[in-house]
Amino acid sequence: MEFAIASAIGVLAASGIYLLLRARTFDVILGLTLLSYATNLLIFAAGRPVVGKPPVLRDGVAQTLANYSDPLPQALVLTAIVIAFAMTAVTVVVAMREHADLHTDHVDGEEPDDDARGGGR
Amino acid sequence: MNHLPVLPVLVPLVTGALLLLLERRHRMSIQRIWAWLGMLAMLAVSVTLLVQVQREDLLVYLLGDWPAKLGITLMVDRLSALMVLTTTLLAIPCLMYACAGWDKRALHFHALFQMQLAGLNGAFLTGDLFNLFVFFEVMLIASYGLLLSGARGARIKAGMHYVVFNIAASVVFLMALGLLYGMLGTLNMTEMAARIAAAPPERTMLIHAGAGLLLLVFCAKAALLPLYLWLPEAYARAPAAVAALFTVMTKVGLYAILRVYTLMFGEAAGPLANLAWDWLLPAGAATIVLAALGVIGAPRLRIAVAYLVLLSAGTLFVAFSLANPGAISAGLYYLAHSVFVSASLFLLADIIQRHRGSNGDYLMPIASMPNKTLPAALFLVAAVSIAGLPPLSGFIGKLQLLNSVPESQLAWIWAVILGSSLMTIIGLSRSGTRLFWRIDASPSDAEAPPVRRAEIGAVLLLLAYGIAMTVAAGPVLRYTNAAAAQLLDVDTYIQTLRQTDPQIREPSP
Repeated sequence: MEFAIASAIGVLAASGIYLLLRARTFDVILGLTLLSYATNLLIFAAGRPVVGKPPVLRDGVAQTLANYSDPLPQALVLTAIVIAFAMTAVTVVVAMREHADLHTDHVDGEEPDDDARGGGR
Repeated sequence: MNHLPVLPVLVPLVTGALLLLLERRHRMSIQRIWAWLGMLAMLAVSVTLLVQVQREDLLVYLLGDWPAKLGITLMVDRLSALMVLTTTLLAIPCLMYACAGWDKRALHFHALFQMQLAGLNGAFLTGDLFNLFVFFEVMLIASYGLLLSGARGARIKAGMHYVVFNIAASVVFLMALGLLYGMLGTLNMTEMAARIAAAPPERTMLIHAGAGLLLLVFCAKAALLPLYLWLPEAYARAPAAVAALFTVMTKVGLYAILRVYTLMFGEAAGPLANLAWDWLLPAGAATIVLAALGVIGAPRLRIAVAYLVLLSAGTLFVAFSLANPGAISAGLYYLAHSVFVSASLFLLADIIQRHRGSNGDYLMPIASMPNKTLPAALFLVAAVSIAGLPPLSGFIGKLQLLNSVPESQLAWIWAVILGSSLMTIIGLSRSGTRLFWRIDASPSDAEAPPVRRAEIGAVLLLLAYGIAMTVAAGPVLRYTNAAAAQLLDVDTYIQTLRQTDPQIREPSP
């Protein structure tokens, strides 16, 4: 299980960083989204979730972390998800505005000159 | 219970929400009145906070009266109170400048401005690392709005870079928080400090990784050497009043570094003690050199000013990473000074830009400028101050800093700081000569554009802060000395926090 979660976080983060470094705004936004998924999973995993131990208090069970999962990381993930969601919306709006204004989706606002770079990419 | 520590966040938050409601129905003048009422309340709160913190040393406020290990705490020490007052003092002239006309053209300006202040103040006051992240986001979201409202063309492009860069940095911040929480089981900075000092050896490596990621984030916000590329363009494209307010944004990153790496990874942190300073010292020095070159090479006045902001950030990195009380104290004095003076230069650059008409603030085509006397005189005062020439505040800050460099590193730090000052003088004299001096004696046919009294007043007020800091250098430096000494005394923080109990709630079993 640890291996599955760890590799999922790793793959998401790696794809996110790859997309983040690309030159088109759409790829960059997708990259940011993937990166924030990776982060959410990482924080969630940092709370050491265990099967069968929900973070809800029950009668007759001692109130220690031995009997429950830690609820705090789940609250943190909730905050992080909301913020990442809002930020994605902001980037989409900025990207659309940039496209409408500059007529390109290149992150530098202008198409690179292919000849100057030795052709092709 | 004393509710003062939460007011610097609440006052702008409530004012901002109120302004958002008002702007639908009411004229601009009503909005301005409420914005100014909020600003006055903020000033009263910041001054009271500063007075109270001198009397009581450390104020701890438990939000919602939850015990410190469960809930969020606000901690006000001398450093926080100083930062809050600096922000408020900076915001007053920015608002003054914006009220001269910009606020009519930017959508939601007043509401976003207050939200930005709430985020800034919250970041300075909070004692909880996750809460610091949240206030960083509040501040950044407001700044996106301020930067992008009504933006076109080049400003949108600069805005896109700024937004994406900051979101990526925030994601890394969250990763660091996840790692540190997993290892330490708490997010209260003071409690984390105590647990880092007692951490078992098998956990140090991951804590170290978390600390490194955190350092990366703060350096990105504070624009340290390889992470500064977003800054000059974004600051040079932002509207003047907004750019002036942004000068305090890089200082938030510096504040966070100073707070986290003295409190959590300070002398007492065992194997992780003082891990940041060895990295920051050379990187800060390299930032100073590059920024000084940027000041000389800038094609536009506002880009030169953006590099001056960078230069002051580099100087502060050097000051803080020396990590002795004298250098930190000098750094805090220099921080307040550089915020005020670079803000005044941003405002001046905007005034000059409008005076020169189509030539804007480009230095190269030498163009005539009607009514140049007043802007030129103000530019001279600001330039003298930022370059660190006597008798103004920059000189006192740099002198104190040079004075507290330890013997062993004396030669190269002095060389870097003094060399950068010389390059700043060269760069600014070159700009000044091109803008004001080598221009036609005959006034051009274009009539002078209106420069409103409030705009000149805002610049004068910012420069007056600098002069007041020069005149009152003694008391200010005494205060920053006390702040630096307090900052390095980690045990007091831990004890004060652990002794603070909820007052209404029953203590948990």
